Amino acid sequence: MTSVPYGDAPRREGPGRRVSSFFFHHPRVRLGALLASPLAWLGVAYLGSLAVLFLTAVWSVDSFTGDIVHEFTFDNFRTLWEEDVYRRITTRTVALAAAVTVTDALLALPIAYYMARIASPRTKAILVVAILTPLWASYLVKVYAWRIILAGQGPLNWALEPFGLTGPGYTTTGTWLVFTYLWLPFMILPIYAGLERIPNSLLEASSDLGAKGLGTFRRVVFPLAFPAIVAGSIFTFSLTLGDYITPQVVGNTNFIGNVVYTNVGVANNLPFAAAFATIPVLIMIVYLTLAKRAGAFENL
Amino acid sequence: MTVGGIFLRLATAATLAFIYIPLFIIGLYAFNESTTQGWPISGFTTAWFGEAWRDEDVRAALWLSVKCGLAATAIALVLGTLASLAVARHRFFGREAISFLVILPIALPGIVTGMALNASYVRFGIDFGLMTIVIGHATFCIVVVYNNVIARLRRSSANLEEASSDLGADAWQTFRYVTFPQMRTALLAGGLLAFALSFDEVIVTTFTSGAEQTLPIWIFTNLARPEQLPIINVVALAVIVLSVIPVWIAVRLTREPTGAGGRAAAGAGH
Repeated sequence: MTSVPYGDAPRREGPGRRVSSFFFHHPRVRLGALLASPLAWLGVAYLGSLAVLFLTAVWSVDSFTGDIVHEFTFDNFRTLWEEDVYRRITTRTVALAAAVTVTDALLALPIAYYMARIASPRTKAILVVAILTPLWASYLVKVYAWRIILAGQGPLNWALEPFGLTGPGYTTTGTWLVFTYLWLPFMILPIYAGLERIPNSLLEASSDLGAKGLGTFRRVVFPLAFPAIVAGSIFTFSLTLGDYITPQVVGNTNFIGNVVYTNVGVANNLPFAAAFATIPVLIMIVYLTLAKRAGAFENL
Repeated sequence: MTVGGIFLRLATAATLAFIYIPLFIIGLYAFNESTTQGWPISGFTTAWFGEAWRDEDVRAALWLSVKCGLAATAIALVLGTLASLAVARHRFFGREAISFLVILPIALPGIVTGMALNASYVRFGIDFGLMTIVIGHATFCIVVVYNNVIARLRRSSANLEEASSDLGADAWQTFRYVTFPQMRTALLAGGLLAFALSFDEVIVTTFTSGAEQTLPIWIFTNLARPEQLPIINVVALAVIVLSVIPVWIAVRLTREPTGAGGRAAAGAGH
């Protein structure tokens, strides 16, 4: 701090100084000034929008005019519960989210372990950037890439042909594969961070006590890494639950997101869409509560 | 080397291949000579780049995406910095709630945020256009700036700011000569990441754009048109490059990869 530009920062007098000194002596007012606009944006505008959405869920649509009827009704939720097709779609969506989460955890563990415990510091830095970059690369372009790969005449079928196999094509299996691809970096990074925090001494102690590599992994590494895996699973699970673009581009079945999207647009039934959209939110609240209990929040 | 070590190395290489091969395939298809999308690619050309550049719709979409990205980033920088200063430098009731509130737009499924905004615009009669897109993007970009700046503020001591006040600087001078220089690279990194996030967002945007088309929306609406596929390939490559460059710069600037992973760490205050 040797070169404070004294000439640029003269002791000022006047209104600015008085305002500044007022803020200094009134930290509550200063805090209020800092928080006013973020709170107005997120607390009022954003939370307000969410409130409007959830309020819409207990309204209905006049089937003749297509206008929203502002009268309280549970009809939308009754439809969701009673009609078989919506129950099936909900179960299917949750099952897919769970399948994607488990696959991602299995794929992420080896590379995260290598990054955290084996790679040299230099390799580690390169690998972190190598995982971080695709996480930010355009979501839609990645889905589109898989549309090309899974196509009938696409690269995957070409590569599998010599073995007499064909790829999944645009099916639910294809959707599962693409979701697994999309959210994999979201799983690798928290697990890597979690594994890196395990002290070496614990692993040494385990092998001193006679555990083999796999035994140490099962009894020491995995339990310690579990909260980090749950932290990663929050993303893989939540992102799959609400997605409607991937099933549309590389799949052939409807998930919650698709039904919601159709009802906002083509079917013009915003109340029903809003009611259906509350289901992933409720599922996520339950999931987050369980994740918090598993200690995942310290690993985010 | 142990069997486990060999397995881990192979698994790491395979995972990296799994992550990067689709991206390389997109890169290759941008140079595909044929108008069909078959594999293997029969010949290469750069002609589609010119076609894409001359396409009026693509240019309009690109320009709109850039405008939205810049506006959303500007708003996110201001709001994210204010919120992070409040949370990092003050103790108050509801502090945890602020962190939660900042993260919420990205923690909830995108479709929920998109619909919520859509329902409110319709309810209050706001016309869809540039402004409605920017409001949506700014809402989920705040967290990226917030995470980056707060990580920096937590590591830099508040003592320096107190010393500055003791030496007679007013609040503005302290901010300008002490706080701001410490935050500068974090702000730049946060801004770049916010731009990258805005530039390729599609889920919230479909609900807030009305008839306007950002670049990802243009791709999405043209996927069903086979004759457009060669141009989509070029645009796809361009979108990847334009969203990855800011991320690389941001990572270099902060030298704290986990902090830069604001998106992966969306549920988090690093």
